[in-house]
Amino acid sequence: MKYMLMIYASEAEETKMKPADIQGLMQAYGAYTEALAKAGALKESDRLRPSTDATTVRVRGGKTEVLNGPYAETREQLGGYYVIDVPDLDAALSWAARCPSSGYGTIEVRPIWAM
Amino acid sequence: MGDVAVSAARAAETAARRSYGKLVAFLAARTRDVAAAEDALSAAFEAALRDWPASGVPASPEAWLLTAARRSMIDAARRRRTHDAATPDLLLFADLATDDVEQRAIPDDRLLLMFACAHPAIDRSVRAPLMLQTILGFDAASIASAFLVAPATMGQRLVRAKTKIKQAGIPFRLPDADDLQERLDSVLEAIYASFTEGWSDAAGTDARRRNLAEEGIWLGRLVAALLPEEPEALGLLALMLHAQARRAARRAANGDYVPLAEQDPKAWDHALIDEAEALLHRASTLGSIGRYQLEAAVQSAHVVRRLTGQTDWAAIVQLYDALAALTGSPVIALNRSIAVAEISGAEAGIAALDALANESRLADYQPYWAARAGLLERAGQVAAADDAYRRAIGLEADPAVRRFLQQRRERLTAR
Repeated sequence: MKYMLMIYASEAEETKMKPADIQGLMQAYGAYTEALAKAGALKESDRLRPSTDATTVRVRGGKTEVLNGPYAETREQLGGYYVIDVPDLDAALSWAARCPSSGYGTIEVRPIWAM
Repeated sequence: MGDVAVSAARAAETAARRSYGKLVAFLAARTRDVAAAEDALSAAFEAALRDWPASGVPASPEAWLLTAARRSMIDAARRRRTHDAATPDLLLFADLATDDVEQRAIPDDRLLLMFACAHPAIDRSVRAPLMLQTILGFDAASIASAFLVAPATMGQRLVRAKTKIKQAGIPFRLPDADDLQERLDSVLEAIYASFTEGWSDAAGTDARRRNLAEEGIWLGRLVAALLPEEPEALGLLALMLHAQARRAARRAANGDYVPLAEQDPKAWDHALIDEAEALLHRASTLGSIGRYQLEAAVQSAHVVRRLTGQTDWAAIVQLYDALAALTGSPVIALNRSIAVAEISGAEAGIAALDALANESRLADYQPYWAARAGLLERAGQVAAADDAYRRAIGLEADPAVRRFLQQRRERLTAR
C-alpha cells in the first residue's frame, strides 16, 4: 500500500537551530532517504519551502481569491513529505518513527487513495 | 417448525456461536475487509437456515459456512467490479476461491483479528466494542447498551473503525517482537474493558451485561491459550476468574449488597479460584511481572481467607506499592490506603487518604468517599464520617450499594 508521510514541525523552532544541528539533521535525512530507497519503499519525496512562501487560492461565487500564507495557521507546519510503498500500516508507522523530524515534530501517516 | 427445521436452526446457531469469530477472522485476515467478511457470513448463515432443513446438517458445518461465505464475497466483488476498475482485491478473492480449506482445519486467525481491533490506529474507546462485534458477533445495539452509548453512535463508530482497518492497511499479523508487549497490552485492555462493563452489573439482572463478563473471560481464555508464554495474558485471565468467583457472593439472598470483608468464603466459586491460582502461579514462572498479575495477586491475598480465615493485608500493601510504582494510578493509591488502615489503624489510613485529597479524579469517585467514611467512622470522627457517607451516597448509581451506604450512615448517627 502507498502512504504519504507528512512531516510537520515548528518552523520557528527550526530557524533557531544551530548550524551544526542543521547539518546533523540534513545528514540524518540523507541517510533516511537512502534507507527508504534501498528498502525499495521510496516512491517520491520533497522538502517544501517555509509556509511564509505559501499562497492559497479559492474560487467563491465565480470570484478567485488569492491569499498570502498557508491554508491554516498552525503551531507546526507542513515542511515536506515522503510517498512510500510498504505492505501495511505497521510498516508505514515504523518508517514514520525513523523520520528524523519525528523526534521534535509530528509525522502524519495517510494512506493514498487507490485509483 | 418441523423437527428437522428445528435441529437445522439449532445446528446453525451452534455453529454460529462457536465459529463466527473464527470464520470472520479467517476471511478478514485474507481481505482486510471486516465488514465484507461479516456480510458474507450473515449471508452464509441465512443460506444454512434455508438449506439445512432440506438437505440435512453437513458433516462439517464450519467448512460449509466458509464455502458459502466465500462464494458470497466473490459475488459481491464481481458486482463491485462492474462499477470500479479491477482492483488488486480480486487477486485476493481468487486466492480465497482456490484455497481448499475444506480439506484441512480452518486456521485460527482470531488472535490476529484481535490485534487488528486493538491496533493503536483504532480509537481506544471502540477497541473493545469492535472485538465483541467481530469475534463474538454481538450486534451494535447490544454493545451500545452495555457501554451506555446511543446505538446509532456505536454503529457509526464500529463502521468507521472497520473502514479504517481496510483503508489504512492495518495488518492481520502478530506484531514484531519490539511492539508485541505494547500491542498485547491494548488487546488485554480491551478484553478487560468488556469484562468490567459486564461486571459492573453486580446484581446480574441485566442478562446482556452478565454475558459480557462471561464473554470477556472467553476472550481472555482464547488469548491465554494462543499465547501461553505471555505472563500478562495469564495474569488477566486469573484476575477475571478471581472476580467472577466472587460474583454471586456480592449479593445477599434479599438482594442486599455484601462488601468483600463480610462475604462468606463458602459462597465463592472455589473451582474458579483454584484455576485462577494455577494460572497466576504459571505466570510467575515466566519471569516478567505486570499490572494484571499484580492485581490478580491482590485478589489472591483476599481469598486466602478461605484457607486461613484471614486476609493477607501485608501482602496487599506490598502489591499495591508495586502497582502504584507501575501505574501511578490514584485508584491504586486509594486501595492501598484501605489496606494500610487494616495494618496500621484507621488514623494511618485516613492520613494516606488525605495525601490524595488533591486528586481531581477522586473527587467524584464513590469508592474514595465510601472508604473515607468507613475509616472516619472507625476513628470516631462522626461528623466527618457523616459528611463522607453523604458524598458517597450521592455518587452511587447501584441501588443496592446506595442502600448499603444509607444503612451505614443511619447506624452512624444512631449511636
